[in-house]
Amino acid sequence: MQITMTVNGEEYTREVEPRMLLTHFLRDELGLTGTHWGCDTSNCGTCSVLMDGDPVKSCTVLAATASGHQIRTVEGLEVDGVLDPVQQGFSEMHGLQCGFCTPGMMMTARALLDENPNPTEAEIREAISGQICRCTGYATIVRSIRWAADHPAAATHTEEVAS
Amino acid sequence: MHGGLAGMMHGLASQDGVASDPLNRLDERGMDRKSERSGERGATRVRSRVTIRKDDVQVPAPFAYERATSVDHALELLERLGPEARLLAGGHSLLPMMKLRVAAPEHLIDLDPLAVQLGYIREQAGEVRIGAMTRHREILASDLLARRLTMFTDAERLIADPLVRNRGTIGGALCQADPAEDLSSVIAALQGRAVIRSRSGEREVAMREFHVGPYETVVGEAEMLIEVRVPLREGAGSAYEKVKRRAGDWAVAAVGAALWLSGGTIEGAGIGTTAVGGGVTSERAEAALVGERPAEEVFDRAAEIAAEDCDPVADQRGSVDYKRHLTAELTRRALRRAAARALGAEA
Repeated sequence: MQITMTVNGEEYTREVEPRMLLTHFLRDELGLTGTHWGCDTSNCGTCSVLMDGDPVKSCTVLAATASGHQIRTVEGLEVDGVLDPVQQGFSEMHGLQCGFCTPGMMMTARALLDENPNPTEAEIREAISGQICRCTGYATIVRSIRWAADHPAAATHTEEVAS
Repeated sequence: MHGGLAGMMHGLASQDGVASDPLNRLDERGMDRKSERSGERGATRVRSRVTIRKDDVQVPAPFAYERATSVDHALELLERLGPEARLLAGGHSLLPMMKLRVAAPEHLIDLDPLAVQLGYIREQAGEVRIGAMTRHREILASDLLARRLTMFTDAERLIADPLVRNRGTIGGALCQADPAEDLSSVIAALQGRAVIRSRSGEREVAMREFHVGPYETVVGEAEMLIEVRVPLREGAGSAYEKVKRRAGDWAVAAVGAALWLSGGTIEGAGIGTTAVGGGVTSERAEAALVGERPAEEVFDRAAEIAAEDCDPVADQRGSVDYKRHLTAELTRRALRRAAARALGAEA
């Protein structure tokens, strides 16, 4: 069947099997391997992407269902060489160790900050409660997201980092 | 599909809800573990390779896909495609089951395009009406429910996790009819009803009669749950108490309590129990409350009866004794909070 969806602002049309999951569509059809594929049972959350702005576990959404929707993946965070504040936060506060959960964590963080620019620590923890960091680096992930909330202007901060 | 489960899956209510832990859940039910083992093996094999071959990926068996453009269209498809067709709502129970091949529908009818039409929470004719495609996230965010039917809000806070709640729907959860699913007991305790539609008309079924057994509801093969209706009454207070092992897990046990007070006396009561067997409500506990004034000893008696009425199974979440103890304790706590809310002592 033919599906069309917008991923990171670009429209893609592909012929797929109805049973193809959104994770595999992004990774195998579009080559966007930033979205990781983990437990495949909607437990770990590393496959999280934004669907019409809301974080969802892409291993549990059919590509066919996502047809007609707006998808945003980790590749869509950086704009013209400027990192998103969330990405900078993960860099500043050491929000990743092995990095496997990071794309999903960052997408959920982006959605949280879009909705609630100044979240409390409890709100951050609740937002990422559907995602697992097997390095157990939760404290630094929470700090990274908090850092992004404190530094909402990515471009400005890039200069700070550079100087 | 495997023996016993295949039988159970046949005639299953076909919408899906939330299954954040399908491997454990299936295991817990004592079903054939063959599918789980082969699923795990497949996944391990895939991860050890650099190149992923399409056949190795844990995906559902092939099916034909349809998108419903309206409720009428969905019903027409159900009738035309017959019993091997399943409705897909949020996908967070049905898709995991399809990946494990414990469900293998020939046709999938995607209700995603109806998310707007059937996604609503509104007050009408003295009741709250919730469309079947309303997502858990919307129920949790509803001011109307938080104010008038607080049990929904209590329960939603602890259903799965925020990402699953972004997709999972009330209709899917109810039709999946998992014995550990929360909203069934919430709506049963609140004396709500399900509106079920077919091509020949519409019928209403009390939530207390909605479940035929685990994973089985009264929704027929060519029927679809379209709305839930919960009456609004004066002097009402309700609360939901749940114990789970970790974020995203299913309940070890949960209890919902609703009280309707008039002049300081309990005029009506609802007690719903989750994940502890023995039916979705304890009518004997409800009867023990009616006519009494809210007080600790009254709640103690109801709690004891609810614990007697439940019929839990020992599993990795706890022993029979522990779950029975929880049922009593959670009934007490839910009743206390429900009474406080009914008396306006709590916002």
